[in-house]
Amino acid sequence: MTATVKYDEVEVGQVIPAVDYSVRRLNLVMYAGASGDFNQIHWNERFAKMVGLPDVIAHGMFTMAQAGRFVTDWAGDPGAVVDYGVRFSSMVVVPDDDQGATITVSGVVEEKLADRWVVVALTARAGDAEVLSRARAVVQLA
Amino acid sequence: MALNRDFVGRSYPSGSPYEVSRVKIKEFAAAIGDSNPIYRDREAARAAGHPDVVAPPTFPIVFSLQSGGGALADPGLGLNFAMVVHGEQRFEYARPVYAGDELVSTATITEIRSAGRNELLTIRSEVTTVAGEPVCTTYNTIIERGGAA
Repeated sequence: MTATVKYDEVEVGQVIPAVDYSVRRLNLVMYAGASGDFNQIHWNERFAKMVGLPDVIAHGMFTMAQAGRFVTDWAGDPGAVVDYGVRFSSMVVVPDDDQGATITVSGVVEEKLADRWVVVALTARAGDAEVLSRARAVVQLA
Repeated sequence: MALNRDFVGRSYPSGSPYEVSRVKIKEFAAAIGDSNPIYRDREAARAAGHPDVVAPPTFPIVFSLQSGGGALADPGLGLNFAMVVHGEQRFEYARPVYAGDELVSTATITEIRSAGRNELLTIRSEVTTVAGEPVCTTYNTIIERGGAA
C-alpha cells in the first residue's frame, strides 16, 4: 500500500484543486441500499417535509465519502488514509430533478507530521453552504 | 424528549462477525460513485500491495454500528429516529478493511449532551478481526433535532 504523492514534494499550504461531485436522488437510493441506512429523509420527500426538512437531504456519509474519494484520488491509495473525520455542518438538499446537487470538495495540506504523515484540511460546499466543517484526513505519503 | 443519560458508558458487544465481501465493497464503491479498480479488482489491489480488494475509507459505517444500533433502538433511551441527523463521524484506521475480513465491533455510548434544542449522542466502536487484530475505531455522533426542547 503506497501512496503516489511523495512526502518530500508536498509543502504546508499546498492547495489540492477542487473537484465537483454530482448527487442525484438515484445516488441516494443506491447509497441507502449499499450502506443499510434507510432513513426516509434521504429518499422520501413527503416524509422529509413532514419532519421539517426543506426536501430530501443526502446522507452525511455520502458527502463524507465524496470528500474521502477526493483524498484517496489525490494520495493514490485508499490504504494510505490513517485517520479521517468530519462534522456535518449543513445539509445537502437534493431536489428531484435531473441536476440534483453538486458537492465541491477542495483541500489544503495543513501540517506535515512524522512517519511521512500529512494532515489534509478539507472543504466541502453545496451551493452557498459549507456542508462539512472540521474535516481532516491524515494520510501517509510515499 | 431528552435522552436517558443512564445510557452513557454502556457497551454493546458485537453480534455475529461481519464478513466483508468483494461484492459488498463493489456495491458500496458504486454507490459512492468511485470507480477506483482497487475496490473491484483483486489483481489491481494486489498490484498496489494489498492482500485483496480494499474497502473505501468510509465503508466501516456499514457494520460498525451493528451493535450500537441495538442501543439506539432501546425504548429506554428515548430516541426519536425520525428526528435524527448525522452530526460528526471519524475513523481511525489501524489498517485498511479488506475483502475476506471477519470483523466484530464493540460499541460504547461515550457521551450524551444537549446543544441548544438538540440532543447529541456519541458512540465509539472498536472494530477488530475475530482473532482480535485491531482494524479501526469509529466515532459516530448523531443529533436528535429538537430532542432537548
